Amino acid sequence: MSLEEKVKDIIVDKLGVAPEKVKPEAHFIDDLGADSLDTVELVMAFEEEFNVEIPDEDAQQITTVKAAVDYLGKKIG
Amino acid sequence: MALNKRAIVTGGTRGIGRAIVKELATKSCCGVLFSDVAFIYNSCDECVDEIRREVNSDETKIFGFKADASSYEEAEATVEMAVKELGGVDILVNNAGITRDNLLLRMTPEEFDQVINVNLKSVFNYTKAVIKYMIKQRYGKIVNISSVVGVIGNAGQSNYAASKAGIIGFTRATAKELATRNITVNAVAPGFIETDMTNKLNEKQKDALLQNIPLQRFGKPEDVAKVVAFLCSSDADYITGQVINVDGGMVMS
Repeated sequence: MSLEEKVKDIIVDKLGVAPEKVKPEAHFIDDLGADSLDTVELVMAFEEEFNVEIPDEDAQQITTVKAAVDYLGKKIG
Repeated sequence: MALNKRAIVTGGTRGIGRAIVKELATKSCCGVLFSDVAFIYNSCDECVDEIRREVNSDETKIFGFKADASSYEEAEATVEMAVKELGGVDILVNNAGITRDNLLLRMTPEEFDQVINVNLKSVFNYTKAVIKYMIKQRYGKIVNISSVVGVIGNAGQSNYAASKAGIIGFTRATAKELATRNITVNAVAPGFIETDMTNKLNEKQKDALLQNIPLQRFGKPEDVAKVVAFLCSSDADYITGQVINVDGGMVMS
């Protein structure tokens, strides 16, 4: 499974949204109905799945699907 | 038999905390069948075995962990160990507390800080450390032990009163923050309960206190523990952000 697919799976699972809604430009809060606690949970799920640590300053930038994929892509290298 | 609930209790070896550990480990009504309990303690190593003997149950497991409740690092590590032993965590009771009574004119900054760190900071420490597990499982019961002194104040206890009032604010804020994750957060505010902490008072002070207790007696640790167990049970699923006074009627609001 590609990184993008894994990220998408986590988002579908955590936010309980339809897979087709998880487009790259989709914003977690504005488009996918996440609340602030959801976004923290998402970041925690990314940390666990990809075995990385995401500092708070970085976490705040991860607001869209694309931002998450790009960030994790860089982080994992 | 249903699976045991899994509870972490801070300040578990003495007084109200000890009664809470025993109540959670043995209670078999109100939807809590039994709980495995890990308690955190700072003094009384021999109490761990004592409590195990007193509970004397094959159905529940009891673990004791020694830690300084006011240290976040220790809280995180201790909760991790406790969760490993318990196989998860469903219940947190923040009970650890100390007094360093003094009139404000004489109170040292150290006396103030110590009480705030053990009584209030520990609530932050342990709540923060357990909620990641509770959020994930979409279930949790948190009960914080406050005090009537945090509601009405008491001369000579400005540090203690501040810490216990702080717990009430923390309880309400976290109740709102965690409600969507099916985690309830409540506080219990005991009045005058017969423990080592209150045995320091002399007869004259006790008589004066009794005048203000409509039920005309001091409380027992079990009086508090039973309310805590109720709030940890499924019978209290629709109660969150509340402060329940267990004080013989001392405070009515």
